[in-house]
Amino acid sequence: CSPLGAFWCEYFLNIFSNVSLFQVNVRDALNQAMDEELERDERVFLLGEEVAQYDGAYKVSRGLWKKYGDKRIIDTPITEMGFAGIAVGAAFAGLRPICEFMTWNFSMQAIDQVINSAAKTYYMSAGAQPVPIVFRGPNGSSAGVAAQHSQCFAAWYGHCPGLKVVSPWNSEDARGLLKAAIRDDNPVVFLENELMYGVPFDLSEEVMQKDFVVPIGKAKVERQGTHITLVSHSRCVGFCLDAATVLAKEGVECEVVNLRTIRPLDVDTIEASVMKTGHLVTVEGGWPQYGVGAEICARVMEGPAFNYLDAPAVRVTGVDIPMPYAKILEDHSVPQIKDIIFSVKKVLNM
Amino acid sequence: DLYFLCVYRSLMCHSLSLQGARMVASTRSFADFTPQKCELHRLEAGPSETAVLTREQGLQYYRTMQTMRRMELKADQLYKQKIIRGFCHLYDGQEACAMGIEAGINPTDHLITAYRAHGYTFTRGVSVREILAELTGRRGGVAKGKGGSMHMYAKHFYGGNGIVGAQVPLGAGVALACQYQGNNQVCVALYGDGAANQGQIFESFNMAALWKLPCIFICENNKFGMGTSVERSSASTDYFKRGDYIPGIKVDGMDVLCVREAIKFAADYCRAGKGPIVMELETYRYHGHSMSDPGVSYRSREEIQEVRSKSDPITMLKERMLSNNMASVEEIKEIDVEIRKVIEDAAQFAISDPEPPLDELCNHIFSVS
Repeated sequence: CSPLGAFWCEYFLNIFSNVSLFQVNVRDALNQAMDEELERDERVFLLGEEVAQYDGAYKVSRGLWKKYGDKRIIDTPITEMGFAGIAVGAAFAGLRPICEFMTWNFSMQAIDQVINSAAKTYYMSAGAQPVPIVFRGPNGSSAGVAAQHSQCFAAWYGHCPGLKVVSPWNSEDARGLLKAAIRDDNPVVFLENELMYGVPFDLSEEVMQKDFVVPIGKAKVERQGTHITLVSHSRCVGFCLDAATVLAKEGVECEVVNLRTIRPLDVDTIEASVMKTGHLVTVEGGWPQYGVGAEICARVMEGPAFNYLDAPAVRVTGVDIPMPYAKILEDHSVPQIKDIIFSVKKVLNM
Repeated sequence: DLYFLCVYRSLMCHSLSLQGARMVASTRSFADFTPQKCELHRLEAGPSETAVLTREQGLQYYRTMQTMRRMELKADQLYKQKIIRGFCHLYDGQEACAMGIEAGINPTDHLITAYRAHGYTFTRGVSVREILAELTGRRGGVAKGKGGSMHMYAKHFYGGNGIVGAQVPLGAGVALACQYQGNNQVCVALYGDGAANQGQIFESFNMAALWKLPCIFICENNKFGMGTSVERSSASTDYFKRGDYIPGIKVDGMDVLCVREAIKFAADYCRAGKGPIVMELETYRYHGHSMSDPGVSYRSREEIQEVRSKSDPITMLKERMLSNNMASVEEIKEIDVEIRKVIEDAAQFAISDPEPPLDELCNHIFSVS
C-alpha cells in the first residue's frame, strides 16, 4: 500500500470502528505532507540525491516521482553546493523548492548557499527578495554511522538570523511543521531524525486534514508537571517522556516541553513552565558547547523566570567528542533515559 | 584579418543632418589585446558577423555607458572623501559588457552577477540616485542602505553577490525556474576570471547541461582576479572552453556590438531549448580590484594607459558614430553635459539623504505573508 493508500484504508476502518485515529509513522507523515503540498501548489518541487527514482535514500519521498514526474521531483548529481545554490536561485525566481540533503552532514558542503544566499538575502535586499525555500533531511546521530555522519546541526543553523529552524519529534510535528515550512515564504531548515522515521504515532482526524499546520515558533507542552521542566527537541523528547514515566513512580512530576522550533525559540513557553516548576533540565543530542541547551539557559537567566529557579539549570547533551563507532561507545555518547533521570535528581537535590 | 561588420550607408547623404535613422555598422581592428573574431568551442556557427547599429541605438548605448563610467568615477571620488565605506569594486572599463548584454536580451530575462555590480544594477533599471545612495548607506538607496555596494537588487536582477562563485548556481537555479514556468526567458549568470576555477561553477555546468537549462554562463575576463593574473591562477585560461561539453564563444568585451551580437546568439540558442552556453568576454578594469587596491602592483601603468587609449569601449563607440556621421561632436558633448548633471544631482542626493532610521535595524528578517 502506498502511504496515501494506507491512509484511506485506515480512514474507512476508523469510520466503521468509530475511532478517529490514524497510525502514521514519521516517514509517512513527511511523505504525505509533501504529497499534499505538491498537489496544492504547482510551484512546489523537490530536488536532492536519490529523491526521485530511488524513492528517497530513506524512502521519505517514496511514490512522489511516480505521481509527479521528472519536472517536480528531481534527482541531482552528488553536488550539494551546486544543487543547493540552484534551489535558492529557483526560489529567487518564484518557485518554492524543497531541497533535500541526504543527511545534514552533507549540508556543510553547501552551507554558504544556505546562509549567505538564502538566509541573508531578504534582509540585504531590504525586503525586495524573499526566499521561500525548505532545506530538509535527517539530522543528528543515527546508529553506527560514525563521526562524519552523526553531527547535530541545530545549534549551527539556530545561530543565524534570517533562517527558521525546526526540529520535529513525532508524526504530528513532522506533518504539521513540514506543511508550515513549505507554506512559509522564508528559508526553513527542517531537521528530521533518521531513527524516528519508522516510529508510528496515532494522529487525529484533525491532524490529517490537508490544511493542518503546526505553527513555526511555538513549543508544545507534551506532558504537564509541577516539579521540574524538561526542555528538549527531536528524538530526545521521547526519552524525556520515558524518563518522566519512571520518575512519576517516585513522585516526581516532570513537565516535558517539546521545542518543535529551534529558531525562533519559544521563550514564553519555556519561561512559563520554569516559573511554574522552579527547576530546569535541557536535553539535546548535539554537543554541549554553544548548543541549544546553552541558549535556553542564557535566555532563562535573562528573563523573569530566573527569579523562580530554585537551583541552577542543567544541560543533558551528547558527549563532547566525535561520534565513535563501537556500539557500546556510541550508546554512551548520546543522552540516555538514565542520564535524564540522574540530572533531574541532581537538580531536585534527591 | 579583421573582424568585419558590413557597412551600410544611407543614400540620403546629408552628412550634417541628424534627421532620420542611419543604418551603420563598423569595422574595427585591434592588435594585441583582444581577439579579432569570436573563437568558437563546439559550435559550427557563431554570432552574426554583421551588426546593425541605428543612430538611436548608438546614442542610447553611448549615454548608458557614459553614465556608468561617470557614476563609477563619482563613486571613486566619494570613496576617497570617506563618504562611501567598506567594499567598493568599480566597473569602469567594462561598460561594453553590461551594455552589450542588456542590448541583446529582454527586460523580462534575468541576470545575476558578482560584486562588481554597479554597472549591471544600472542597466537592469535602477537609477544612479538609488545606486549612489545605497553606496553612501542612506535610506533612499535601492536596498534602503541595508545592502551596500555588493547587495543591490531589481526586478529580474538578483544582485550583487559577495561570495565568489556562489552566484553561478543561483543563476542556474533562476534558469531552472524559467524552464519550469515555460516562460521562454533566459538567465545570464556572470562571473570573473578569478571565480572561473570555483568548483560550484562546474557543478552548475553539469546540471545545466544535464537538464538543458536556459542559462548563459558568462566569464568577464578582465585578466586579474584581485592581484593574481590569469596565468598565475588558471591551468587553462581558455575560459570559454571550460564548460567542456558546453559550447562556448570568446567575445571582444570592449566592443559593445560584438557583445550584443554574441548574447543575441546565446539567448536564441537557450530559448531554442538547446541547453546552456558559455561566453567569455575579454575586457579590462581601469581601477584596481577594489578601492583599497591601487591596481598597479601587479600590472603597469603603461598597460592601463594602453588599454585606455586603444580599446576604451566608450571612445570606440563614439568614434564609430562620429566617423560614420551618426552623431555630431556637439551632440555628444551635450549628452556628456546632461550626464554630468544627472550624476551631480544623484551625488547630492546620496550625500544629503538621511541614513536609515534605527527602528529599521531589525526589519526584513522574515517575510510575513
